[in-house]
Amino acid sequence: MNQASAYPWREAGATPFISIKNVTKRFGNFTAVDDISLDIYKGELFGLLGGSGCGKTTLLRMLAGFETPTTGSISIDGADMTDVPPYERPVNMMFQSYALFPHMSVEKNIAYGLKRDGVKGAEVKERVADMLSMVELGDFGKRKPRQLSGGQRQRVALARALVKRPKVLLLDEPLAALDKRLREQTQFELMNIQDRTGVTFVVVTHDQEEAMTLSTRIAVMDAGKFMQIGEPADIYENPATRYIANFIGSANLIPVTVIDRQQDKLRLQHESSDTVFEAISDQPAAVGDNTTLALRPEKILIDKSPLPDCDNNVQGTVKEIAYLGKISTYRVVTAFGETLEVTAPNQVRTSGAGHRIEWDDQVYLGWSSYSAILLSS
Amino acid sequence: MSISKTHAGFGNWLQSRWQTVVSGIPFFWLLLFFLAPFFIVLKISLAESIIASPPFTRLLDWSGGGLPTLKVSIDNFAYMWEDSLYVRTYLSSLKIAFVSTVLCLLIGYPMAYAIVKAEGTTRYILLLLIILPFWTSFLLRVYAWMGLLADQGTLNSFLIWIGVIEKPIRLLYSQFAVYVGIVYTYLPFMILPLYANMEKLDISLQEAAADLGAKPVAGFFTVTLPLTLPGIIAGSLLVFIPATGEFVIPDLLGGGNVLMIGRVLYSEFNANHDWPVASAVAIALVIVLVVPMMLYHKVQAAEALRES
Amino acid sequence: MKAGRSRFLLGMLCFGFAFLYVPIILMMIYSFNYSKLVPVWGGFSTRWYSELFQSEEVWNATMLSLKIALLNATFATMLGTLAGIALARIHKFRGRTLFTGMISAPLVMPEVITGLSLLLLFITLNQTIGWPAERGITTITIAHITFSMAFVAIIIQSRLAGTGQDLEEAALDLGAKPFRVLWDITLPQLAPGMVAGWLLAFTLSLDDLVIASFVSGPGATTLPMLIYSRIRLGLRPDINALATIIILAVTISVLIAGWIMLRQQRQMQQREI
Repeated sequence: MNQASAYPWREAGATPFISIKNVTKRFGNFTAVDDISLDIYKGELFGLLGGSGCGKTTLLRMLAGFETPTTGSISIDGADMTDVPPYERPVNMMFQSYALFPHMSVEKNIAYGLKRDGVKGAEVKERVADMLSMVELGDFGKRKPRQLSGGQRQRVALARALVKRPKVLLLDEPLAALDKRLREQTQFELMNIQDRTGVTFVVVTHDQEEAMTLSTRIAVMDAGKFMQIGEPADIYENPATRYIANFIGSANLIPVTVIDRQQDKLRLQHESSDTVFEAISDQPAAVGDNTTLALRPEKILIDKSPLPDCDNNVQGTVKEIAYLGKISTYRVVTAFGETLEVTAPNQVRTSGAGHRIEWDDQVYLGWSSYSAILLSS
Repeated sequence: MSISKTHAGFGNWLQSRWQTVVSGIPFFWLLLFFLAPFFIVLKISLAESIIASPPFTRLLDWSGGGLPTLKVSIDNFAYMWEDSLYVRTYLSSLKIAFVSTVLCLLIGYPMAYAIVKAEGTTRYILLLLIILPFWTSFLLRVYAWMGLLADQGTLNSFLIWIGVIEKPIRLLYSQFAVYVGIVYTYLPFMILPLYANMEKLDISLQEAAADLGAKPVAGFFTVTLPLTLPGIIAGSLLVFIPATGEFVIPDLLGGGNVLMIGRVLYSEFNANHDWPVASAVAIALVIVLVVPMMLYHKVQAAEALRES
Repeated sequence: MKAGRSRFLLGMLCFGFAFLYVPIILMMIYSFNYSKLVPVWGGFSTRWYSELFQSEEVWNATMLSLKIALLNATFATMLGTLAGIALARIHKFRGRTLFTGMISAPLVMPEVITGLSLLLLFITLNQTIGWPAERGITTITIAHITFSMAFVAIIIQSRLAGTGQDLEEAALDLGAKPFRVLWDITLPQLAPGMVAGWLLAFTLSLDDLVIASFVSGPGATTLPMLIYSRIRLGLRPDINALATIIILAVTISVLIAGWIMLRQQRQMQQREI
């Protein structure tokens, strides 16, 4: 497989599979989705990420056909879908509540969609059996949904949505109802199934970790608009705004003023002290501009002795430590006044004392000028 | 000292037996005023009618001195079975109740569905409008139809005015009037359980059906209808059971032309003073209705279990 | 498709409400008819109202019905509340199956059967122990309590089923004895349900014709019995007037109660936000 087909969105002329053009959805005075456009490509596992009420579910429901856009158009595989009712779309949905029919057995639930399409009995049986074995529920066909565990129900819902071989599978918070351990395991199962079936997945989630793990690309939504669209690593390493920097992972935000710029090398002064930082960025910030420097907690080094190799060096006092096993999180009050959050792997066993950083220790913090992110506004 | 001790003793006894006290009082009331009367009716239905006060023979005859003799007579039931009037009346009551129940369902189901689909205050007001007739006098609502259906009543005048008919047609004192009356007065009893059931219906199930390719009609019959079945059963039984024994509606709207068992029972007792036959009619009615009553009880218990 | 369906639903809704309300409204309009023949319009008049207010018979029947309704509502609420608590909170006691059956049966039992069986009970009691000496307000009230307590019990039970037992268990844990818990925790929680039950029992009693006809004696005529005896033979303009007054009174009370409940609901929603 060549680079171009694995990442079609990187290619200029690629044909989109789902095309959302200038879609707006209003409910009375409330604008749930505000003039958005998006292209999704065949075989993608696309994540729609945002908090509650951001419009992500409304967008998904417009793809499914449960809501019609107030303005704008949606097409799937070249066909206009804007006014096509849900029961005629080549799209299936996995509901957040799973929406399994409580009065039907697992088999009947899965067969339901096939029967609506007039598929013949023998074929229905075969395809239902295939699906049951794919989701590893071969022995559960005769059970009613209420006799299943949460994880099993989730897999029935997935099988029911996939059995019709839809062009697009929509997943509304597919893992939200599962506990943490099951969620992690199921994430990989979902990716595996998506890979095997080749169906284009659109996943709505409020969980940024889930979106990062699952998705080929993520669109971050807020107040009915896309804040940023990109590959997970891209969004994490180059967040466009303060909102995204904080929503995806966590970030220390330092208000700064640009005091010098040589091409992409910038010198920035802290807003309320004379501390100066160095950063490398292609953001169009000019000398004199007020802006924000974002620092990921894991990109800051922490040590009891100075860190001469770092471009940026500050001193501070440890005020809080959260020990999380493989890593610890420190909150350090720096000499220039800001409190920075720093995470560091626990490479030394704690009983060894001496090297270990304790409360109220004086520490040195340092980071590379490539690690600091200059936000656009 | 000793007084306070016994006091505490009684208090403790009461506390430890609180369940007996709480359940015992209403239990005793119902045993005395609900269950015991049935056995009396049963007893009288097995007696013979005589002209006396009370107008029936005793089951236990003490007059012979020494041991009483037991006199049980099933003559009243045999009489009912042989006189085709009673059998026909039972069948006619069941038919009228059944047809009325179906009509209530056909009108009530879409209404309940429309109310569930309404939002916020509108839904609340619609629901209030359904409940309102329920609080106003049943008798007066039946009376309102007498005015509408009378020979010179509003409906006839209206039909003559628009030219559909030339002279009044018989509407009041007919089977038609009884159907209208039963559907009219029992409609809220159909709508309320249906509404309660549909309100709990998860809308995503209907969406899932549409998503999987079910057109609205197919989605209704495969998903909505089966899931609202408990509401349909509860509502239907709430209409069917009391309608079978209805007395006021056939009496006021049906005149003498409509056979219903409630009327027969009433006149057997109050006009003919034949207590044993009236009791036998009542016992037979309970036997006819015991299956639907137990079904209703079961549906209610299942619903309560599902909620807890 | 969607528009077609909602048009059908709207149509059914309009038809249903017209069916429910047009007869009542027409009856009210005809109460202002001068003519003695109810369906023939003879000009506007309030003569039937003044005739109604002068009738001592109507006044006595109304007072009797109100008295019975008040007594019934109060006792039925007390008994029904106990029964509801027993149903929802006591899961095991001797005869529970019989008890639940006796609670749910009166809800659907044809009135003629309840009426007949209670009358026969009163007659038997009178012959064996001499009580009740005569049938009237006491026997009617007892009969009404018996069927309306079942309705109250169902309301109370559903309210209790909806709320968990946490509060009661917390009180027990803090050292309250069962009756203290009942008095301090369970009953205050049930207050709205008891009010609803009381109102329902009151209405059921005011409404009842069949059972009262059976268990009443000479001299005790309730309002429905009076109305029934008059309309059996046909339409009566004075009954139209009486119906108008009753229906207006009930409607206004229900609307006020509905408005209060709607306001409370809104306040609760606002608090939740």
